[in-house]
Amino acid sequence: MTTSLEIGGFLTLAAMLCLMAFTTSASAEPLAVTEVAPGVFVHQGVIAEPAPDNHGDTANMGFIVGDDGVAVIDTGGTPELGRRLREAIAARTDKKPVVVINTHMHPDHVFGDAAFADVPIAGHANLRDALAARQEVYRQRLADELGADAAAGIAPVRVDRPVSEEVRIDLGNRIIVLTAYPTAHTNNDLTVFDRNTGTLFAGDLLFVDHLPAVDGNALGWLRVIDRLERVPAVRAVPGHGPAAVDWPGALDAERRYLTVLVDGVRRVLKAGGSIQDAVAGVAEDERDRWLLFDAYNPRNVTATFAELEWE
Amino acid sequence: MTRYPLSGPLMGLLVVFSTPVLAAGDAADDGVRWDVLHDMYFKDRPIEEAGDRIRIDAPARAYDAALVPVRVEVEPSLRLKTLSLLVDKNPVPLAATFRFGPASAGSGIETRVRVNEYTNVHAVGETEDGRLLMTEAYVKAAGGCSAPAVKDPQEAMARLGRIKVKLPETLTPGSPATAQVMISHPNSSGLQFDQISRTYIPAHYVQSIAIRVGGQTVLEADTDISISEDPNLRFSFVPVEGGSLEVVAHDTKGATFTRTVPLAAASGKDEPAL
Repeated sequence: MTTSLEIGGFLTLAAMLCLMAFTTSASAEPLAVTEVAPGVFVHQGVIAEPAPDNHGDTANMGFIVGDDGVAVIDTGGTPELGRRLREAIAARTDKKPVVVINTHMHPDHVFGDAAFADVPIAGHANLRDALAARQEVYRQRLADELGADAAAGIAPVRVDRPVSEEVRIDLGNRIIVLTAYPTAHTNNDLTVFDRNTGTLFAGDLLFVDHLPAVDGNALGWLRVIDRLERVPAVRAVPGHGPAAVDWPGALDAERRYLTVLVDGVRRVLKAGGSIQDAVAGVAEDERDRWLLFDAYNPRNVTATFAELEWE
Repeated sequence: MTRYPLSGPLMGLLVVFSTPVLAAGDAADDGVRWDVLHDMYFKDRPIEEAGDRIRIDAPARAYDAALVPVRVEVEPSLRLKTLSLLVDKNPVPLAATFRFGPASAGSGIETRVRVNEYTNVHAVGETEDGRLLMTEAYVKAAGGCSAPAVKDPQEAMARLGRIKVKLPETLTPGSPATAQVMISHPNSSGLQFDQISRTYIPAHYVQSIAIRVGGQTVLEADTDISISEDPNLRFSFVPVEGGSLEVVAHDTKGATFTRTVPLAAASGKDEPAL
């Protein structure tokens, strides 16, 4: 009696596991990726806010294949996108992921980490605390945007290899350089440079077409752009935008916008204006040059006003 | 707003009628909420509609729910004893109460608040003869109280307690002027969750701000967690010859922050902070 119950229980569990495995593999269709340089692959997210029609696939992610293993750079906005990225890696190489690199804390870049529970995660030294303070809010927002299923199974915050300045990782005849920056787009921005091909994964330190979003410090970002410009890359992968862009020319539009933003807010402050005055007018000339201007410019102006009024 | 424990610093939170937002701006729901707040903060005192005498200027849709600018304009002829600012649906609705003193030059105030869900914002003025006048504005924003703390914690801690005072370029004794006071402080709401420690970041906020000119009170404010990080006030005062403007603020950990700026030095531009 006991035995048969146990067997029954076991069978049920086994059946459930089979079902789960089936569900997972059936839905984890490999993401489309482009090989932008030998052994360097990029999946291009759409330029949009996360929504059901895009399944939260709104940020670029990629991977670099060395002789000994694969470095994964950002994992997408949901656990499911992470699983699909992992399928894409498996479809392109028999090498295994040896490190996941999160370029910064934003959920569209890190929630796919759930699919890489067996892989160490590298990130900026500030990443762990910054994400810990935000993850619950991000998870809730994702559930609101895409539904509870999409937000299920997000992994606890984990940063196994914090980077405070620079770290080199040898993937096997292929050295990649991880560089941490002072506060710019966020307070935990990190880039990945593949020396073999001169490819720079810039994360959200580089926005192309998508209006830059200031969740850190606009002046700091301009200083970081001056530093980034000296990276001897031939191409860059932006956090949002095309899979690959020319370097360093692709920085020009972002630098222009941030300069206009800072100058405009300073003018309003000097004239004794309010945040509302600034939101109403600052960077208006940039409107037609970017996508998602209305979604991000008012917030950028508000954040930059609160930053610059302490000058 | 997600769930929050009814313990520790959150004991005083008003959790009644935190109904999930059914239809944003459900008028009946808003009315019920205001009735509760009226009873809670003003007991059975009648409150009149202020009409044009008190007006609120706030964005209909806020861009950053943790930093929503709110300006209360008060008709110059209307002298108020106190002005209360409430964000109806916030966990602690009463954002601030301002008590005006003899050096005040009008009861208008501008500040910044957190907004946790689509809500009415109320301003309630108490006239010198004890009548209550109220006005309201609707603000669409969500998540402001539980929004993650400061963008750059190291920098924020480095400048905690720094006070900046902005005065007009010219000041004439006896002639009303507008000043702005900024206090660098995280103003932690106690509702910001840390996923690693599995706890809420403890509430730590500025709870009083007093502003005096030439030794006379301009205003005294009791402030709470609905006020945004880096509390920021604009107000009017009457300058005095050779006087100075003094700011004294206290936070919930018992710290006191002060700054005194001579009015005569205002002939230049901004008074450098510290």
